[in-house]
Amino acid sequence: MTVTEAAPRQIQLTEDGQLKHFLTLDGLGQPLLTEILDTAESFIEVGARSIKKVPLLRGRTVVNLFFESSTRTRSTFELAAKRLSADVLNLDINTSATSKGESLSDTLLNLEAMASDMFVIRHSQSGAQHFIAAAVTPGVAIINAGDGRHAHPTQAMLDMLTIRQHKGRFEGLRVAIVGDVLHSRVARSQIRALNTLGAEEIRVIAPATLLPKDVEALGCKVFYNLQQGLRDVDVIIMLRLQRERMEGALLPSEKEFYKLYGLSVEKLAYAKPDAIVMHPGPINRGVEIESAVADGPQSVILNQVTNGIAVRMAVMSMAMSGQVAERAAGGQS
Amino acid sequence: MSQQTSIKIVNGELLDPAGQLTGVQTLLLRDGIIAAVGADADAAPADQILDAAGRLVTPGFIDLSCNLREPGNGQKGSIATETRAAARGGFTTVCAAPDTAPVNDSGAVTSLILDIAAQQSPVRVLPLGAATRGLEGELLSDMAGLVAAGCVALSNGQSAMRNARILRRCMAYAKTFDITLILQPENAALAADGFAHDGLVAARLGLLGIPEVAETTAVMEMLLLAEETGVRLHLAQLSSARSVDMVAAARQRGVAVTADVAMHQLVFTEDALAGFDSAFHVRPPLRTENDRQRLLAGVTDGTIDAIVSQHQPHDPAAKHAPLGATAAGMATLEVLLAMGLRLVQADELSRASLLRALTQGPAQVLGLAAGRLAPGAPADLCVLDAEQRWRADADTLVSAGANNPWHGRELQGRVVTTLVGGQLAYQV
Amino acid sequence: MTALLNIDQLLDDLEAGLKDLLSARGIDNPAMIGIRTGGVWLADNLSKRLGLQEPYGELDISFYRDDFSRIGLNPRVKPSHLPFETEDRDIILIDDVIMSGRTIRAAMNEIFDYGRPASVTLACLVDLGARELPIQPDVVGQRLELASHQRVKLRGPEPLRIELREQEGH
Repeated sequence: MTVTEAAPRQIQLTEDGQLKHFLTLDGLGQPLLTEILDTAESFIEVGARSIKKVPLLRGRTVVNLFFESSTRTRSTFELAAKRLSADVLNLDINTSATSKGESLSDTLLNLEAMASDMFVIRHSQSGAQHFIAAAVTPGVAIINAGDGRHAHPTQAMLDMLTIRQHKGRFEGLRVAIVGDVLHSRVARSQIRALNTLGAEEIRVIAPATLLPKDVEALGCKVFYNLQQGLRDVDVIIMLRLQRERMEGALLPSEKEFYKLYGLSVEKLAYAKPDAIVMHPGPINRGVEIESAVADGPQSVILNQVTNGIAVRMAVMSMAMSGQVAERAAGGQS
Repeated sequence: MSQQTSIKIVNGELLDPAGQLTGVQTLLLRDGIIAAVGADADAAPADQILDAAGRLVTPGFIDLSCNLREPGNGQKGSIATETRAAARGGFTTVCAAPDTAPVNDSGAVTSLILDIAAQQSPVRVLPLGAATRGLEGELLSDMAGLVAAGCVALSNGQSAMRNARILRRCMAYAKTFDITLILQPENAALAADGFAHDGLVAARLGLLGIPEVAETTAVMEMLLLAEETGVRLHLAQLSSARSVDMVAAARQRGVAVTADVAMHQLVFTEDALAGFDSAFHVRPPLRTENDRQRLLAGVTDGTIDAIVSQHQPHDPAAKHAPLGATAAGMATLEVLLAMGLRLVQADELSRASLLRALTQGPAQVLGLAAGRLAPGAPADLCVLDAEQRWRADADTLVSAGANNPWHGRELQGRVVTTLVGGQLAYQV
Repeated sequence: MTALLNIDQLLDDLEAGLKDLLSARGIDNPAMIGIRTGGVWLADNLSKRLGLQEPYGELDISFYRDDFSRIGLNPRVKPSHLPFETEDRDIILIDDVIMSGRTIRAAMNEIFDYGRPASVTLACLVDLGARELPIQPDVVGQRLELASHQRVKLRGPEPLRIELREQEGH
């Protein structure tokens, strides 16, 4: 009686299963994820033209609402919105300033007065975008640009695009995710995406202090030893390690972490010879990864950046499309 | 309270947790007590007749953990609003948690609460004093003074003691004056910034976890220190299976420990948070199905003496934010009976166990005369209709806090009359 | 009822019409672009008939449609593929059916985002009239006037055939 009582509402899909917000990869099936990747491929082609712009979101306003600053992610969302011909407003909201006075819902009320069509939001609280999507005026799309430790679905999808481009498929792939899984919204979204898309095996490789409790239940195998975990993998995803992890007694030192979990040329040799190496950036060279690997032939880190714009264009146009479809359906009934 | 009138309750089916009075019998209430039962009651005259045909008559419920939000937090509730809610929920006695503003750590605050309650509350309000000053877990409060002012026990509210040495001294001092300590076990360092059970759902949603060991290590520490000091310890709002096992084991070796559980812990699990719904943000957090089952078994086997409301009304803004930024707690007083009856209906808890944990169990924890149906017992009664369907919403609920997950939904089982000291405290 | 138009005859007419037009305009090195999906099948056929050495381009106009606000994005969008620079080229744009003219508007906008062509020549297999924009094909296989319950559709790619269908309920 307890579980069904509180089944989460599927707030990011329209009644006929189209995307209308993009909050998490939970609850999105393989066909929808594939549609995102396919649509992104079309936008990659757009990026190769002399005019890298399509008129899909012409006349619409996209607000990049970043409660946690991130110039990189915000820039790719901004570029994606501009290439869709949207008007873009960037708002970096310093959380410390809002924490005292204005509440998040008050902030939103103010922003909605600007008649925006889409909010791209980054927030330090897991689930903040769910909260906003539930509260926002109908017709406004919410895109999650990272919430707390919960999800970073566009990052995960651009990683999936990179994997598909290099491996051509997900079936039969062994993927290792290395480093600070505990604090990583990227890792959570990647594990979900890889499971949905049919990867054969997902491994997380980290010391126990950097793994969430019950992590196996997310659909992955735990390895504490990097060499063992890398054996026969097709894809290696390195996660970013924040400096402050040394302070909470999670790790002794960067030096020891690099020695045990840093990806060096020598350790890379344990993976398949054609394994690709990925990193969501920004990279801490000599902490997570050796420069020779980051810049080496197996690294696809720069592809990831190009794919990021295309995936964000795909997700933004699909979510706007879902909002349009829902409004049309609502108008008929 | 005027004690002039006498009331006769006829045709109701009596449910006594002690099992002495059962079946359809008449009850006569006079001078604040149950004056007569059965044929004696039938024969006696009464000023007023209350027909309870088709209904159950039980002792009024006793809540060991209830936040009335006064003094202090006006926008979250007041003694007037929350005790009215209590009466609607069938409660005739509520213990007022000490985490008010100011904290109830002095006889003056205790007196203030009792004064307001005497004027505004339809039910009995028993203040719980703060065991440490400001609930800061560092300096002992004037324990004897608080008890003299009317506190029935002392508590740490929702705050942990600074360290084990202070906890030990707190227990030893309380023992000296034969004071019951009601402690919510949580290791603050292990709970840290968490707000959800550190398990599967937290892993998936990236919620900051409160591990099970945050509770169990605290339970173990408290049990060992209680055993050594000999204090009468009541563990409040257990949430994990292992805690129940530890309490059972401690009792077996003679430790004077009792325990309670919040009703929502018996009904929901961590899965309730899967949609980031802040209504389910409670402390201790909702844990696993295994924990829920052991808590239910604990109520059934008597390891857990009482089910409490842990009523925590909030203003809408406190719950209208991203999950981790919301306040913990549910406002459950008025829906608690219906929640319990769902458990009965699902065969997860017997009606007798539910009733005992709401009446006799908590009465015994505090040594109260209430919580039973017997001649001479206080005329604190609840008449309920276990079948009636009703909708929980702004029209039916009076608590200042709308933060319960049933809001806007239909429930089954409702209190129709509440009597405190033989006087009507609530009637539909 | 399904009526079959003679596809070979239409293609012969298109080929002849295009050859005449290209020579009249003095275009000797055109680049062909088909609009997905019917136009691409036709481009495959016509580029062989015209003996074009260069591979033809494929255009998916999903991102340029003017009805996004009403029906949203085509979930089966595929990348456009132009294997040549369009800048200063003479483009032959091919589609199967022209009606409102909106598809051609979208296609021309898209082509211009690749570069500024020297000229665009439009060839359509069937012209159904009912234009909503001032766009006219330069070469047409056949003009048809359909009753409201009739639809015309190109099937392919192998073999290419064109169907005239009576809609159900009539």
